[in-house]
Amino acid sequence: MSVDTSAAVRSREENWQPILELAVEEVFEIMVGSRVKPAPRSEHKTSAGFTAMIGLAGSLCGVLAVGCDAQTAKQIAKGMLGDIVTSEEQVSDALGEICNMVAGNFKNKLTGMDGRCLLSVPTVISGGQYQLRSLAGGDLLDVCVLFEGAPVAVRLELHS
Amino acid sequence: MDKIRALIVDDSSVMRKIIERSLRQAGIDLENVVEAGNGAEALAALRENRVDLILCDINMPVMDGLEFVRQMGAVENAKGVPVVMITTEGSESHVVEAISCGARGYIRKPFTPDQVKEHVVPLLGKKV
Repeated sequence: MSVDTSAAVRSREENWQPILELAVEEVFEIMVGSRVKPAPRSEHKTSAGFTAMIGLAGSLCGVLAVGCDAQTAKQIAKGMLGDIVTSEEQVSDALGEICNMVAGNFKNKLTGMDGRCLLSVPTVISGGQYQLRSLAGGDLLDVCVLFEGAPVAVRLELHS
Repeated sequence: MDKIRALIVDDSSVMRKIIERSLRQAGIDLENVVEAGNGAEALAALRENRVDLILCDINMPVMDGLEFVRQMGAVENAKGVPVVMITTEGSESHVVEAISCGARGYIRKPFTPDQVKEHVVPLLGKKV
């Protein structure tokens, strides 16, 4: 059994979904100053104005993506920085850091990952005319939270 | 209370601003803040600026934070300056590696201003 396969199996056996939800909630509460709660994804369609992605490699391989519409991304950036947020670059930067911290906070909560899972630097796409296809082909953890009433989608695709 | 000169190293300009704000919220009187987007920029900044404190991310392009800490000892202005890592890399092995490279403190993202105060203020000694 490969290391990647065991991570995918662990995600099911240990039920990582609530761990990812907690990781998202903590990042928003501490860094954005906003309490968010998971919401059914089926009830909230997200239009991806901004999508931040970060790669995980090592004992946990995959991609974590955070997506929301442009106005929500701007509000998240304002929550982090205050009203000095003016440019799209700052908004992208802020969402990239949210993605980075969610990924880090998530893996830090998993036992047995000590130093064997590394993160890439984040990448942020603006605009919605794209399709994201991960070659992970493994398990999928999907979290949707409401930030000031607007959905923010967090998706972790684990390599099989 | 002395005014503090800080070097903040992070590839995210948003995070650099948040760290600066957290330092001020921790009651640290900042005289000057120098920013760098990676370890190589930080080394260059150190050659031109004297600072009292360095806060540094780990995962950065060009030169990561651990390599920066390894190399900064060769810069005259960096001698004796405490470095605190602020990073999403929260594993025990990363903490051990950072400390062995010369870091004096370690803060995991996400972080609160209280955590910044707890880890940074003792390193500044009589300056605050």
